[in-house]
Amino acid sequence: MTVQVLAFYLFASIVVASAVMVILARNPVHSVLWLILAFFNAAGLMVLLGAEFVAMLLVIVYVGAVAVLFLFVVMMLDIDFAELRAGFVSYFPLGGAIALILLVELVLGIAIWQAGEITLAQRVAPTPEDVPNIEAIGQILYSRYIFLFEAAGLILLVAMIGAIVLTHRARGGVRSQDIGKQVRRRPQDAVRNIDQPVGKGVEL
Amino acid sequence: MIGLGHYVVVSAILFVLGVLGIFINRKNIIVILMAIELILLAVNINLVAFSAYLGDLVGQVFAMFVLTVAAGEAAIGLAILVIYFRQRGTIAVDDVNQMKG
Repeated sequence: MTVQVLAFYLFASIVVASAVMVILARNPVHSVLWLILAFFNAAGLMVLLGAEFVAMLLVIVYVGAVAVLFLFVVMMLDIDFAELRAGFVSYFPLGGAIALILLVELVLGIAIWQAGEITLAQRVAPTPEDVPNIEAIGQILYSRYIFLFEAAGLILLVAMIGAIVLTHRARGGVRSQDIGKQVRRRPQDAVRNIDQPVGKGVEL
Repeated sequence: MIGLGHYVVVSAILFVLGVLGIFINRKNIIVILMAIELILLAVNINLVAFSAYLGDLVGQVFAMFVLTVAAGEAAIGLAILVIYFRQRGTIAVDDVNQMKG
């Protein structure tokens, strides 16, 4: 039990510290690396909660795809980051005030909520006993939430097509293959039969 | 035993840090996108914590959908960032209002 408490405080403190470093780091590459650390520790928190599947998904999707995408873009674009830091101090009082108000409100809300007791009269999908987490999620994801699941796939498809359409550019001076044109080409348009007399040059 | 309140407090702190990150990095859109990812991570921790403590799996299913939307949003946001950089040679978002079409 104490091991769990220790692990919780370890993961929670590292998650919060690396989130602070994400928004304060001077170099965006360092920001991305801190973000990866934050995701790993958030996955650790979820493992502590018994949600192994979401934890592994967090590592695969966030660390494996999103963070690498960020890293790729940050390194691909040649950006003067010192210039972008201008105004950092002048924005801080307003942002800090808003963040403080938000934090106080959230903590107040949590305190009020903890004063009472929250229970569900009826659970939509009660966590089944003696079934692994992944199996239990699969059982409701592929049955009751199948349409939501397919809608999520559609969202990813739209995002993929959108990203390709946005970043694709047709460059001039490139001889690309036009398959329709190749298929439409007929022999009588392309080939010419001539009766070539002997001793004369070929007319091209 | 760690209470549900502990997880909710961690998620609240992460959410507030994300909002603060949007405010203090007004010019750097890459860090703004990362701050949005932090906010969505806070939401996910909240969903999974409530799901685990109330014994209802739906929270974890919805955490997956939040993850899907976060991935799509990051891809589209970075694509817009790339074409914006290609046009203007900078990613300062102060003059994004000149973007047309």
